Amino acid sequence: MELTGAEIVCESLLKEGVEVIFGLPGGAVLPFYGALSGYPQLRHILVRHEQAAAMAADGYARATGKVGVCTATSGPGATNLATGIAGAMMDSVPMVAITGQVPRPAIGRDSFQETDITGITLPITKHNMLVLNVEDVAPAVKEAFHIARTGRPGPVLLDIPKDVLVGERWPFIWPDKVNLPGYNPPGEADAVQVSQACELINQAQRPVILAGHGILISHAYAELKELAEKAQIPVITTLLGIGSFPTGHLLHAGMPGMHGMAYASLAIDNADLLISLGMRFDDRVTGRLSDFAPNAKVVHVDVDPSEFHKNVRATVPVLGELKQVLGQMLPQVERKTHLDWLQHIDTLRAEHPSLHIRQTDELLPQYVLRQLSDITEGNAIIVTGVGQHQMWAAQHYAYKEPNTLLTSGGLGAMGFEVPAALGAKVGRPDKAVWSIAGDGGFQMTMCDLATAVENNIDVKFAILNNGTLGMVRQWQDFFYDKDYFATVYSGNPDFIKLAEAYGIPGIRVTDKTQVATSIRQAMATPGPVVLDFIVKQDEQVYPMIPAGESVNEMMEEPIPQRVM
Amino acid sequence: MNGNGNHHTIIALVQDKPGVLTRVAGLFRRRGFNISSLAVGNSEQPGLSRMTFVVDGDQYTVDQATKQLDKLIDVVKVANISDEEIVSRELALIKVKVTPATRGEILEMVHPFRAEIVDVGAQSMVIEVTGSGDKIQALYGLLEPFGVLELMRTGRVAMVRGQAEGRVSDDLIINYHGDGLKVNEAYEVGSY
Ligand SMILES: Cc1ncc(C[n+]2csc(CCOP(=O)(O)OP(=O)(O)O)c2C)c(N)n1
Repeated sequence: MELTGAEIVCESLLKEGVEVIFGLPGGAVLPFYGALSGYPQLRHILVRHEQAAAMAADGYARATGKVGVCTATSGPGATNLATGIAGAMMDSVPMVAITGQVPRPAIGRDSFQETDITGITLPITKHNMLVLNVEDVAPAVKEAFHIARTGRPGPVLLDIPKDVLVGERWPFIWPDKVNLPGYNPPGEADAVQVSQACELINQAQRPVILAGHGILISHAYAELKELAEKAQIPVITTLLGIGSFPTGHLLHAGMPGMHGMAYASLAIDNADLLISLGMRFDDRVTGRLSDFAPNAKVVHVDVDPSEFHKNVRATVPVLGELKQVLGQMLPQVERKTHLDWLQHIDTLRAEHPSLHIRQTDELLPQYVLRQLSDITEGNAIIVTGVGQHQMWAAQHYAYKEPNTLLTSGGLGAMGFEVPAALGAKVGRPDKAVWSIAGDGGFQMTMCDLATAVENNIDVKFAILNNGTLGMVRQWQDFFYDKDYFATVYSGNPDFIKLAEAYGIPGIRVTDKTQVATSIRQAMATPGPVVLDFIVKQDEQVYPMIPAGESVNEMMEEPIPQRVM
Repeated sequence: MNGNGNHHTIIALVQDKPGVLTRVAGLFRRRGFNISSLAVGNSEQPGLSRMTFVVDGDQYTVDQATKQLDKLIDVVKVANISDEEIVSRELALIKVKVTPATRGEILEMVHPFRAEIVDVGAQSMVIEVTGSGDKIQALYGLLEPFGVLELMRTGRVAMVRGQAEGRVSDDLIINYHGDGLKVNEAYEVGSY
């Protein structure tokens, strides 16, 4: 039977096991929607802004490990996806974005709603394709998913002209192979590299593991835990690696970098070996490169060879898929105790209690997160925006499972908190999902509360409302003479009335004593709830290593405030 | 050998797909790599083209450039052949002013370069010269005093001598044909 291009897209999505598509229609993509309505197995979630479609697909992908799918029309629909796509690229999130394009004869004539979206997204996609023939549709979809999910995952965009979607018919033939001679993601690592790496690990006196997003992507948590426990190596999890190793495990040594725990950054500073697993030495982790881990050799395991020596020179690079590589390494890694080293880290932890929250009657944002962590027992999926609340959420919530902190790390896109949480809940209906927002970021995407309502997506939206663009204010505080220019939000809406306007409950919390009950109340209320925590405005995220500096310039919470 | 100094020769085998040149050029621009010359053309294999790049920069830059190129899906193979024994050529067309008085002198001058006169007009002629960049530069320098009206140069094309193809650094490439990798269904959010 011959199908239209649009029907072929739908059939192909079914073959790829797609369950849900986030999107918003328009002229050029309408033929796809016309076909989609005949495929109830493909759940479509209508958003209010295409950025939310891409970010929801991203949240879905991070929470489930499956490929997130979003769609938009040509022109403004497609460009609205761009921020969400860029975030997926930076954080290696598997995503397929499908955009409608003006019909082929109209391409290149500045037609209505024509934008060169493959051109625009060239640097923010792992790959993209303009599909120019109906017979290319099925292979293109198959290739897109294959590229998105394998190797180092990333977003792939398919731009399909309207007349390819609807003009002609073609038999649906699902190719059994992709034809991508230039794409060969690595699997097992070279045996020599593995044995050299293990030799370094076995010789090290003060090793640390830096566990990144790669552990989560390749589901290598069991192997990571085995490695850490067998050789008694402390594990530091990067922002995106949080959840790859249980918080609270005796060997867990926090998060490194700009707002990481002091003991984590100091441990790296003192280490003689970094075992870097699926992480990319972002500048937020390393600070000034010349002062980063000055005494350490580096074993760097990654699936992307361009990460080797990009920021930090690897003594031994090991190219391969992490789970397989760790499987190869484990038998060669010797049992160790590293007693002195672990004791040293415990001392650092005691001397630099980065996570202590000072005693006060004021409502501190850190306190809200600690309460949330305790009450949900570290079992919720936490989706954050970008800013102070993001760092506190990384610091104060005790994540127990993989893929439970979803955050825009590389791009740092405010507004992620609302749509990504929707995507996460759609993908993991079994988990409690909390969106942790700043009042700034929340207002970037809060229009998609309607999407939560319409689809009854049970996300709890907690706004840590400090009435300001907090993280920027913090920089003004530290580095711009407290000139709080353009960071105060004096015209914020009443978020409780806003929730009411959407027909969902809103809870305002102004006092510390109400925090626990309000969290419990929200949990007991089925469906979306908005919680507006009016938190102290002038609260800083500590520790802080200023951008481009080193652990030696780390600022810790001023001593008088610190209560041991 | 041309790996010394700051010039590196990289060759790539790429799929003949729309936009492949944009991808490559965009990558170089975005990552701040400097291309001093670029040549593209069909290869011996249908559907595949060969590109030769001359990249300016230190070892770090050329290492990153090679790896980032390799990441492009449409790029099938990349090799930095700067340290190999290679043959490399550029071609130039030089249109130079001539008068009856200078004609003989120019012809004589061109001869040792094994350059060819490919067009002769009333007041100018076009000289075609092939060789290394230095050779072309040298001829250009000699012709300049006569009045060069136009210069058109190709980028460098390069090939490794002997049997070997441009060696792709082996640790970058592991043969894999897309079979047997985990798909959506196989993914489980495991616990520890
Ligand atoms: C889309 C976008 N625009 C601007 C920024 C720069 N920025 C980083 S943090 C921040 C403040 C965020 O404020 P809010 O969401 O209220 O969170 P808070 O820091 O107060 O917790 C800004 C403006 C950004 N990260 N993303």
